[in-house]
Amino acid sequence: MSSRKSKSNSLIHAECLSQVQRILRERFCHQSPHSNLFGVQVQYKHLSELLKRTALHGESNSVLIIGPRGSGKTMLINHALKELMEIEEVSENVLQVHLNGLLQINDKIALKEITRQLNLENVVGDKVFGSFAENLSFLLEALKKGDRTSSCPVIFILDEFDLFAHHKNQTLLYNLFDISQSAQTPIAVIGLTCRLDILELLEKRVKSRFSHRQIHLMNSFGFPQYVKIFKEQLSLPAEFPDKLFAEKWNENVQYLSEDRSVQEVLQKHFNISKNLRSLHMLLMLTLNRVTASHPFMTAIDLMEASQLCSMDSKANIVHAFNLVLLKVLSLPFKVKKKFDALPLLPHWKSRSISLGNLSYNSNETFK
Amino acid sequence: MAHYPTRLKTRKTYSWVGRPLLDRKLHYQTYREMCVKTEGCSTEIHIQIGQFVLIEGDDDENPYVAKLLELFEDDSDPPHKKRARVQWFVRFCEVPACKRHLLGRKPGAQEIFWYDYPACDNNINAETIIGLVRVIPLAPKDVVPTNLKNEKTLFVKLSWNEKKFRPLSSELFAELNKPQESAAKCQKPVGAKSKSAESPSWTPAEHVAKRIESRHSASKSRQTPTHPLTPRARKRLELGSNPQMSQQTSCASLDSPGRMKRKVAFLEITSPSKRSQPDKLQTLSLALKAPEKTRETGLCYTEDDEASLKRCIILRTRIPASKTIDIKEERILTPIRGGQKSSVMPSVILKPENIKKRDAKETEAQNEATSTPRHIRRKSSVLSMSRIRQQLRFLGHSKSDQEEKEILPAAEISESSSDEEEASTPPLPRRTPRTVSRNLRSSLKSSLHTPTKMPKKSLKPKTPRCATPQIRSRSLAAQEPASVLEEARLRLHVSAIPESLPCREQEFQDIYNFVESKLLDRTGGCMYISGVPGTGKTATVHEVMRCLQQAAQAKDVPPFQYIEVNGMKLTEPHQVYVQILQKLTGQKATANHAAELLAKRFCTRGSPQETTVLLVDELDLLWTHKQDIMYNLFDWPTHKEARLVVLTIANTMDLPERIMLNRVSSRLGLTRMSFQPYTYSQLQQILRSRLKQLKAFEDDAIQLVARKVAALSGDARRCLDICRRATEICEFSQQKPDSPGLVTIAHSMEAVDEMFSSSYITAIKNSSVLEQSFLRAILAEFRRSGLEEATFQQIYSQHVALCRMEGLSYPTVSETMAVCSHLGSCRLLLVEPSRNDLLLRVRLNVSQDDVLYALKEE
Repeated sequence: MSSRKSKSNSLIHAECLSQVQRILRERFCHQSPHSNLFGVQVQYKHLSELLKRTALHGESNSVLIIGPRGSGKTMLINHALKELMEIEEVSENVLQVHLNGLLQINDKIALKEITRQLNLENVVGDKVFGSFAENLSFLLEALKKGDRTSSCPVIFILDEFDLFAHHKNQTLLYNLFDISQSAQTPIAVIGLTCRLDILELLEKRVKSRFSHRQIHLMNSFGFPQYVKIFKEQLSLPAEFPDKLFAEKWNENVQYLSEDRSVQEVLQKHFNISKNLRSLHMLLMLTLNRVTASHPFMTAIDLMEASQLCSMDSKANIVHAFNLVLLKVLSLPFKVKKKFDALPLLPHWKSRSISLGNLSYNSNETFK
Repeated sequence: MAHYPTRLKTRKTYSWVGRPLLDRKLHYQTYREMCVKTEGCSTEIHIQIGQFVLIEGDDDENPYVAKLLELFEDDSDPPHKKRARVQWFVRFCEVPACKRHLLGRKPGAQEIFWYDYPACDNNINAETIIGLVRVIPLAPKDVVPTNLKNEKTLFVKLSWNEKKFRPLSSELFAELNKPQESAAKCQKPVGAKSKSAESPSWTPAEHVAKRIESRHSASKSRQTPTHPLTPRARKRLELGSNPQMSQQTSCASLDSPGRMKRKVAFLEITSPSKRSQPDKLQTLSLALKAPEKTRETGLCYTEDDEASLKRCIILRTRIPASKTIDIKEERILTPIRGGQKSSVMPSVILKPENIKKRDAKETEAQNEATSTPRHIRRKSSVLSMSRIRQQLRFLGHSKSDQEEKEILPAAEISESSSDEEEASTPPLPRRTPRTVSRNLRSSLKSSLHTPTKMPKKSLKPKTPRCATPQIRSRSLAAQEPASVLEEARLRLHVSAIPESLPCREQEFQDIYNFVESKLLDRTGGCMYISGVPGTGKTATVHEVMRCLQQAAQAKDVPPFQYIEVNGMKLTEPHQVYVQILQKLTGQKATANHAAELLAKRFCTRGSPQETTVLLVDELDLLWTHKQDIMYNLFDWPTHKEARLVVLTIANTMDLPERIMLNRVSSRLGLTRMSFQPYTYSQLQQILRSRLKQLKAFEDDAIQLVARKVAALSGDARRCLDICRRATEICEFSQQKPDSPGLVTIAHSMEAVDEMFSSSYITAIKNSSVLEQSFLRAILAEFRRSGLEEATFQQIYSQHVALCRMEGLSYPTVSETMAVCSHLGSCRLLLVEPSRNDLLLRVRLNVSQDDVLYALKEE
């Protein structure tokens, strides 16, 4: 090995890099519950306490987690559930039912899914038999039979909760909330939604049965924290096999985060959206530029990635046009000169200007 | 299974043979022999007391078998009716499926069982008798012969008392052997063309066949078309709503076969086709033995001593089995009888007296059987015959019709009201009117009651029948509350059932009085309860029902059946029928069928039954275009016999006026009650009563929550939830776990804020710079145009200008569009679908002032 040091060095680098890319991509793409909670510790505590009380004391609860897209609602609940399941006496004691408003588009499907996931006795294999009405009464009967102390708590997680509110009569929600408010099988109903007006969607009797607990995830961090998140997201974990490389990488990340141009890019990104998903997108694009010959990220990588992110889609299309098409495009401007009232597409105008002389010149030459 | 072509499809006339003996005491005429004459045929069947007869059921292959004990004329009503008292036998197929295994062996094809079940109605219409059958009793050692050529011979070896099979007692055995000889010459050829001397064991069907044969050869004057009725048609006849039902006022349960028979007779259908009907079908129609009205009277015999002696023997053998039940029954009956038996204490110690008294009653009941059109016989008609006879001598007259009727329903109610009784009482799906059988719903579930069930089950793969709805139980017991706060939280949970409902005393009393009065008066009625959510409507009604059920157990009010349906727990309004029927009788049926069955049950007269209290929660969801459900729900109680009390709950006070048709709201009546939202002092009282002797809250904290909630909605659920949340906040905030937590005003304030504060402002505050500037651009555009709506294009130009002013980088259209849709997904903005692109219209979902306020803060 030592004899071929220079050659193997790059090999090692390549190996390390592929590992780095694997780790980071996993981090960016999966909402891994391992990732740290940024600024949602309070909410997290609230949620996990609530789940624990349901699991251990058999207390029924209902809660809504509200936050804009990409604010980490699913991450939060997954994290809380994972932690809950790590408690030994809970893990075999709790049943989970995951529903998604985009998949369970009506109560009939949702009921079948619940029955399937609870593995009740009218499930044969993977199929649930019986009509809608039968299923409903069966499920309600099942849940009614339990009581606080003896039956297994069930945690219902309703993703895209607002879509469930559009179901007919909100039967499912009424029944779930009603169970959570009566002495039946202990259940915790956790709804995830991005709509702030979710409570107005609920019918008044459904609303009355909902406990009105809301956990808001608002991305309430400022720019300094954003930079910190950026740093944390890029840093390699301590258990990385090649310590030397990891150290170098982390140093580089630290350096990057202090770089002025990088901060500018981040600031711009932060201004557009506080969404962590968009940051992940940016970092992913940057990460793709890292190769064996170019092992560490630079500010330029980041800037180019940022440009890629904030690209205007329509302008891109215009860029790709040939002369004839551009000429056709420019026609409205000419018309506009005559009839000023015609509404114009402003970005065309701006883009055409920014395209500069090229298009106009070519137009003229074409003429 | 043997095929008994027993049902005669021709018109039959029944007439008495011999002179009637008017019993001095009994007030009815008894006969020894009856003659059955089939129209268009000269053969007559003579049926004597003590013979075994086949009795019309709905299953042609397996008519019911019974031994004739008594024939008498029921002349209380203008249309004279021929009645018969019988001792039933059951076929193996009539034994409930779940109990068949008790036999422990394969039954013989022609084996029947002595039906040792006192509660069974043994008073039948004599005109349902089809013909004679030969029954041979077997000693316990004998083996049931199989593969006999003569299919008209049945064997009885065991008795069946709905609980187990047991061998026949020796007296019974001897007694059963006796009538065979006397039956030898029961049949006389009358017509010239008929064959002479047929054996008594022949069924009438054979006569028919022969008759037809002979007539065919001799005189072709009359043709008898043979139309086999299809099983389906028959089923429909039985199950479908019967237009003539109401005409046959004598008994609600005895209708369809009668009608059917009439129809059949009209059509002159003769040959019973071979059909394999599900056994289940039997159960329904056995209760339905039609009283056919005939105008003929015949000769009569008197009831001689021999017959009564026989009965005496029979009855005596049954006593041991039935005694316990009788006593129990007696005990339950006592309070209801009121004036008659008020002196009898509900205790077993008074047994002899009880029995004696009941004997007296029993005979009255029997006497009355002749003078009233009732069909249900007292179940207690099984006491020792000697006593009965003794009483017969002393009893001068029978009680009035009305009184008897008063007692009968009570007797049945009492049977079902006591759990113990129910457990000990086997189901009587057969041979009793339908109304009785529905009382025994728990046992019926397993038994063969619904005729539709069986074919349906076999058709498609359904829910496994044994599936019990249950969530698996936890392996580790739930933790009990450890601290004061946890205890408080448990008590504050909405599900915790308080001992009393404070602040709803008046409403409680009103509802209680309403239901109680209906129960005591044995009438029906409707009540409409309205109120905003969380004002304790359902809780109060539940509490009322709990109290009434206790009262019923303590025999202060007549027993009743309580059913609850919730409009929100139905997938579809018509499912309410299914739910009611299932809770009432345990039957499963489709919505339409259930509606028919319920209508039949509630609207037909003469079905003595216990009162049913029906709670319909969330009434407004039962609204349909035709409003037929509401109409039915409110129409049933108006029927005298229904004895249905309907309590309906909904949120809106003027629901009857708003959504109901006039005919519906008029039936609902004016018994209305409105639950007002709780005031703050009431909420405070509720919280205090829940937290009794638990020092977890400061008084001010409770008051704050109560006032806040009262000002907003008056919803008690909200109040409890806020307090629960406050305990959590208190728990979080206190650092040392050992210090006793006390919820202060600050904690409840925080909880109130958390629940009631609008999240819009925080959301705007926490949105990104570009989002905020977009909101500003919207405001600017609105101000410019003076409208509350703008297109994206307009806002974009404003946005660009704003960004330039603030020194932000130039926002591209894509970015701005992303910002816009992001705000739209949070519902800060109301936006059109983004396919409209630049022309999509944008509105604010928050007030402009709120936006300004939120943006100004920074």
